[in-house]
Amino acid sequence: MSTLMSKLQIDKTIDARGMACPGPLMNLIGAIRQGQVGQVFEVLSSDEGSKTDIPAWLTKARHDLVEVVQDNGYTHFIVRKAR
Amino acid sequence: MAAEVVILGGGVGGTILANLVAKHSSGSAHVAVVDATGIHVYQPGFLYVAVGQELPSALRRPEAKLLHHDVSLVIDRATRVDPVARKVQLESGRTLRYDQLLLATGSRTLMDEVPGATDAHDFYTMDGASRLFEALKAFAGGTIVIGVAGIPYKCPPAPVEFAFLLDDYLRARGIRDKTEIKLLSPLNRAFTIEATSKLVQPILAERGIELTGFFNVESVDPAAKTVSSLEGETVAYDLLVLVPPHRGQKVIEDSGLGDERGWVPVDKNTLKHSKLENIWAIGDATNIPISKSGSVAHYEATIAAAEIVAEVKGEAPPAHVYDGKVMCFLETGRGQATTISFDYDHPPVSPTPARRWHWAKALFNKTYWHTVPQGRLP
Repeated sequence: MSTLMSKLQIDKTIDARGMACPGPLMNLIGAIRQGQVGQVFEVLSSDEGSKTDIPAWLTKARHDLVEVVQDNGYTHFIVRKAR
Repeated sequence: MAAEVVILGGGVGGTILANLVAKHSSGSAHVAVVDATGIHVYQPGFLYVAVGQELPSALRRPEAKLLHHDVSLVIDRATRVDPVARKVQLESGRTLRYDQLLLATGSRTLMDEVPGATDAHDFYTMDGASRLFEALKAFAGGTIVIGVAGIPYKCPPAPVEFAFLLDDYLRARGIRDKTEIKLLSPLNRAFTIEATSKLVQPILAERGIELTGFFNVESVDPAAKTVSSLEGETVAYDLLVLVPPHRGQKVIEDSGLGDERGWVPVDKNTLKHSKLENIWAIGDATNIPISKSGSVAHYEATIAAAEIVAEVKGEAPPAHVYDGKVMCFLETGRGQATTISFDYDHPPVSPTPARRWHWAKALFNKTYWHTVPQGRLP
């Protein structure tokens, strides 16, 4: 079980486990493109590259990385569309 | 009684599969290909049409000439699939019953989904590539911007290849020194695959092609001649070339066979529809997160064909499943190219660009008509 600290309501979960880089980030970009400001997305990725790619893109695109939690063999990224 | 195997789409995947099932089913199946135009188009050639290195006529052949003599070709548009009644409705009003259905419907491009992209060019359709070449012939200098307006898109290396071929074209015309080429990438590297990006980025720099990372095209202002990104940046252009957003075909969406973008959910190994019986999908049409490319459609077609043959013969499914194999060429300009090969378990590898890979790609393109559709290449 994950131990997410945030109590945010997740609007959409992107389960990209098993996808090779950059699949998880590309799926997140697609979700943010279609989403509304304020929506919260959860990305599950087992790809090591996501740990650098996803935060780097969020910084550039000025969206919020709310939380990163390591789970059993994968990482949760909680992201808010900020603008 | 022979099983009815219906294939929607006469592209590379549908054609290979039709021929292999007809050849190996020993009379256990009647195979029909439904294709809206009846013309087989070799899409990897669009890139060359766009820079005047290929003629559109060289990329088209009648589908009937590529099919095994036992395959029926139905020139009509599939409008609806009823997976319960196992029927395909055609635009003409005709209905086809199927026992096994293959969705090889490919993808479609929708530049209209990009706000303001009224003067954007593309090389993702024959008409788009021809128009782009006309625009390049009239181009006398300025800024050419190449961007990506949606993921996934066909042939991930294509924007990088186009940048290199454009550089060659402009040099040959003697206007390279009057032209800036700007390549806008959705990622923080030249394209999806990191190892290959590391190989091509120094070559982009050497050719004076400016790379901007994390630029996912969101909108265009045709009056101001600027393109803006999801990340909040704006770049000015004189000539804009965009990879348009892609979706699955309308028949997939209208029949509820796909996800919200019309991609068909399949098992990534067996290529069977995730929820529906007796339906397979291959090539661009699927939601598998690997390259949408001819090579993927080709490899998947051989796997799905063996499964469908086993099904119609009442045999056990073959042990060999799709392993995510992808192989493609990447033109790096000046008569050189590299290759990219990988599968689900092996990361991509690319050799140093060399002339032999360019010639291998040219040879493959020329001999395609006599080898690939017939299933003569493994």
